[in-house]
Amino acid sequence: METLKFDLDAKPLREVNQFLHGDAGVLDGKSVVIENPNGAHNIAVGLKSDVHVTIKGHAGYYAAGMNQLAKVTIEGSAGSGVAENMMSGVVHVKGFASNAAAATANGGLLIIDGDAGLRTAIALKGADVVVGGSVGSFSAFMAQAGNFVILGDAGEGLGDSIYEAKIFVRGKVKSLGADCEEKTTSPEDRKILADLLAKSGHADVNPDSFKQYGSARTLYHFHVDNAGAY
Amino acid sequence: MCGIVGLLVRNPKMRDSIGELMLPMLIGMTERGPDSAGLAMFGAPVSANERKFSLYSGVADFNWTKLGHDFEKHLSIKAKVEPKVNHAVLTTTLEPETVKIWLKEHYPQLHLLSVGQLMDIYKDVGTPAQVADRYDFKNFKGTHLVGHTRMATESAITPAHAHPFTAGEDWCLVHNGSLSNANSLRRKLQYEGIEFETDNDTEAACRFLQWRMREGDDLETALNHGFDELDGFYTLLMGTSNQLALVRDPFGCKPAIIAEHDDYVAIASEFRSLAHLPDIKNAKVFEPSPKEMYVWKL
Repeated sequence: METLKFDLDAKPLREVNQFLHGDAGVLDGKSVVIENPNGAHNIAVGLKSDVHVTIKGHAGYYAAGMNQLAKVTIEGSAGSGVAENMMSGVVHVKGFASNAAAATANGGLLIIDGDAGLRTAIALKGADVVVGGSVGSFSAFMAQAGNFVILGDAGEGLGDSIYEAKIFVRGKVKSLGADCEEKTTSPEDRKILADLLAKSGHADVNPDSFKQYGSARTLYHFHVDNAGAY
Repeated sequence: MCGIVGLLVRNPKMRDSIGELMLPMLIGMTERGPDSAGLAMFGAPVSANERKFSLYSGVADFNWTKLGHDFEKHLSIKAKVEPKVNHAVLTTTLEPETVKIWLKEHYPQLHLLSVGQLMDIYKDVGTPAQVADRYDFKNFKGTHLVGHTRMATESAITPAHAHPFTAGEDWCLVHNGSLSNANSLRRKLQYEGIEFETDNDTEAACRFLQWRMREGDDLETALNHGFDELDGFYTLLMGTSNQLALVRDPFGCKPAIIAEHDDYVAIASEFRSLAHLPDIKNAKVFEPSPKEMYVWKL
């Protein structure tokens, strides 16, 4: 496979991103390495072809945002909003991720090997998110669809006002948000979890060591007993 | 927005180049804070009976020599005045309260930025690079520092509104964020006899901590009271004679990233400002948790 190298100390990020937005016919199957990212914002944002991008270091805000088809690997940490609104493809953060990772992501897979910050998978709309470490408070707030796997602990208010996303936590949950409750894991859900663990490098982890959480669905409809609260 | 930076140099051999190490950190935060910048530098202490007073004149052609003469003539005591453009550091053995009263009476146009034995403060409007160049930050020597780049959102762009703010001798604070109850805090603290210099929200947070410490709190207890009373978003970085301390608000709305290395501890709003530090690849880089206090001692 052909590998192209860009050094962000020498080339403006805008030019690198413009190259990565080129014709899918040219980019498909290519491998691109980005050196000296040094925390720059918006690296590899808006990709829409089957290109493999490796970021050799720490990325700033919104890395691999709006990703489609591409596989983006960040060898260091990621700033706020990594893979936000991802549509498909795979984004892999080998270090930790800051706040709002995978916010509103529609599809694809985000893997974070380390910890993730607050509001991880907020308003998740269908993507899969696997965090090897722990996640901060208010994660999966109003998450609508998709699967969210946490191998470590979760902070306060997990899954507050959640819709139909599925959350699997192996560690402790500091507190659950409004309308989020523990669920019984069905054989189908166990398979979803086992597949995601295998895909994200955690094939050795037993799916039975997780607890599942989801919506109690009490906030879905207007309830006359709550009228006074409006 | 706003950017914060902090650097505490553990390796004594590197302390003479702390200014040079810090410069790319401060300039790295230009996009977060392009309208003003400031720095609190903790250097070699003056003698035990002396105090340094960081002063700001507001005009470039201020006659600092005359100020020194007037001071010595009126108060019959020696004073050393070291000017740097429109800032100067006045060193004397006189009691801080007497100096403050004298300054207010004879030079009411001067701003007293800080009092202490180790800390000098420089702050002004302009991009971080311009401010750093104006006061020669690059050649500063010392053990630790706290810096700030400001993007004003809630009060005017003036040198007095720039950070750092001080609350006591050799004690300073910078802030990234905004407080929604700054006005009510200010009114409450004014009843307690705390004086304000500006309508800046960070000053309100700073005076709140000053008030708590006046009431006997140590820094940690004061900050715990801060979690209850400061309403808004904040990452606060504080410098004292021998330590740096950092807290983020309970919702983690404002960023911070830390690099701990055998030679130094560096703190910034974003990794961009840490990327060029020596041997950063071998530093432990992590994001501080919200509502937790981080302290690094010299």
